[in-house]
Amino acid sequence: MTSLAQTRAAPARPRLGVGARTATGIAAGTLLLAAAPLYLAPYATTTLTRILVFGLLAASLNLLVGVVGLPSLGHAAFFGVGAYAAAWTAIHGLAGAGALLVGVVVAALVALVAGAVAVRASGVFFLMLTLAIGELTQQAADSWESVTGGSNGLYGVPAPTLFGTVLDQPATTYWYVLGFFVVGMLALRLVSTSAPGVVLRGIRDSEDRMRALGYRTTAIKLGALVFAGAVAGLAGGLLAAQQRLVTPADVGFETSALALLAVVIGGTGSWWGPCLGAALVIVVRDSLGATLDGHGPLALGLLFVLVVYLLPTGIARIRLRRAAS
Amino acid sequence: MKLEVRELSAGYGQGQVLHGLDLDLPAGQALALLGRNGVGKTTLVCTLAGLLRPTGGRVLLDGRDVTGWRPDRLARAGVALVPQGRRVWPALTVHEHLALATRHGGRTWPTERVYEVFPRLAQRRRHLAGQLSGGEQQMLVIGRALATDPRLILMDEPSEGLAPIVVDQVAEALRMVVREGLTLLLVEHDLHLALGVTEQAAVMVRGLIVHRCPTPQLRGDLPTMRRLLGVAG
Repeated sequence: MTSLAQTRAAPARPRLGVGARTATGIAAGTLLLAAAPLYLAPYATTTLTRILVFGLLAASLNLLVGVVGLPSLGHAAFFGVGAYAAAWTAIHGLAGAGALLVGVVVAALVALVAGAVAVRASGVFFLMLTLAIGELTQQAADSWESVTGGSNGLYGVPAPTLFGTVLDQPATTYWYVLGFFVVGMLALRLVSTSAPGVVLRGIRDSEDRMRALGYRTTAIKLGALVFAGAVAGLAGGLLAAQQRLVTPADVGFETSALALLAVVIGGTGSWWGPCLGAALVIVVRDSLGATLDGHGPLALGLLFVLVVYLLPTGIARIRLRRAAS
Repeated sequence: MKLEVRELSAGYGQGQVLHGLDLDLPAGQALALLGRNGVGKTTLVCTLAGLLRPTGGRVLLDGRDVTGWRPDRLARAGVALVPQGRRVWPALTVHEHLALATRHGGRTWPTERVYEVFPRLAQRRRHLAGQLSGGEQQMLVIGRALATDPRLILMDEPSEGLAPIVVDQVAEALRMVVREGLTLLLVEHDLHLALGVTEQAAVMVRGLIVHRCPTPQLRGDLPTMRRLLGVAG
């Protein structure tokens, strides 16, 4: 039998708690990403910037799909509205963080209006309603020429400025996008892993039980959709800053579907998994697709089928399972 | 909390299950609602909890008409439901369950008070609900209901699927609920459990309450038990 003295003589090796390990992981990941332009070519840096923008969009969609259980096919509406609002604001003289803020607020307002209708539905009905909202938004972007530039889009968006410095180089744009990407991801993590996240997961698993506990579930789901829409709007604002151009294609079904694809591929069980999915989607579509004679979408389809069959819980789950075992 | 049900009708689509049911449950009383399968006991509980909209009649709590209220509004008014089949969130821990119940914005019990009532839950507070035994899950669901600081508890078959030794633990939990002075409407097939923890018993047949008496009286009335509940012996 182990005596108390023996137990005291052999103290357990100090170990980092889960919170400290996560904080260390986030800090290390951020530093690694921040250093990327120092060893990557400008094209690769630009691709990585697109991945961050799309990853933030996918992660915001994951809050709805993975945490609240609301699969949306119209999330690009908020992304596009944020992009248009930020681009319009930048063109009219307020570039940088101010334009981003306008993008976030306008996207949140659109999500509030759209969500007031959509969150009363669930399952396939929610999917169809969000699809309709996405299509309506794209139609508006296409036809409201005086504001959106119509099918030509809004071009000539000025580069963001920070403390008087114009961020028009691939590396500086990347760092600008990375800074807001980290802020957006931390906000998403805070919501999905803290007390509000438990409430949202409770609604996902049984809305009736949550109502029986006294929760106004419709209002809570609307709040989650507005928050996810605001983060998607932030991603849209970053897209405008990076591409310096916003077109109706950024608002449409294809963008929503690709974001949903990134969530499924990355895995809905983790807050960072959709970013991995987004990276794969962007690399396969933009980089690999170019070498496949323009058959990027076909490669994406194959990737999706493979993931669904071989990793039904997503890529991130492999790591989580290994970490747990 | 005093419960009054007047000529309540409810059902599913075209199928009517409750046909003008009347029920009075004074504040602080525990009533066992008995009856064979399909007589409408669960339908009554779901209607009282707001999960099913009545097609006729009225429900009053402390004299206030709450007919057709949504479940969340009823919960905030002090009605708690312990549903059939336990229905825990398997991926949430015991503590997260109780925290959920105490965060809806209304009156609540401190989580520690639930742990005092169910010390077993305190030992398992960091475990996922899906990893608990059937009895522990039932304690968790009752504890979750208590954490909302209810004044009326509706329980639907709390002993369903549990081993006899675990049913005894559930019975002790129900006695505690009664001792707390809460109004209890208990739907239960296990007559030993139902009659062991309540003061009054009512029997339902085809969507109506056809017999009501003090529990000891029903326990001694074998012909009635045989006729209305199919009890052998």
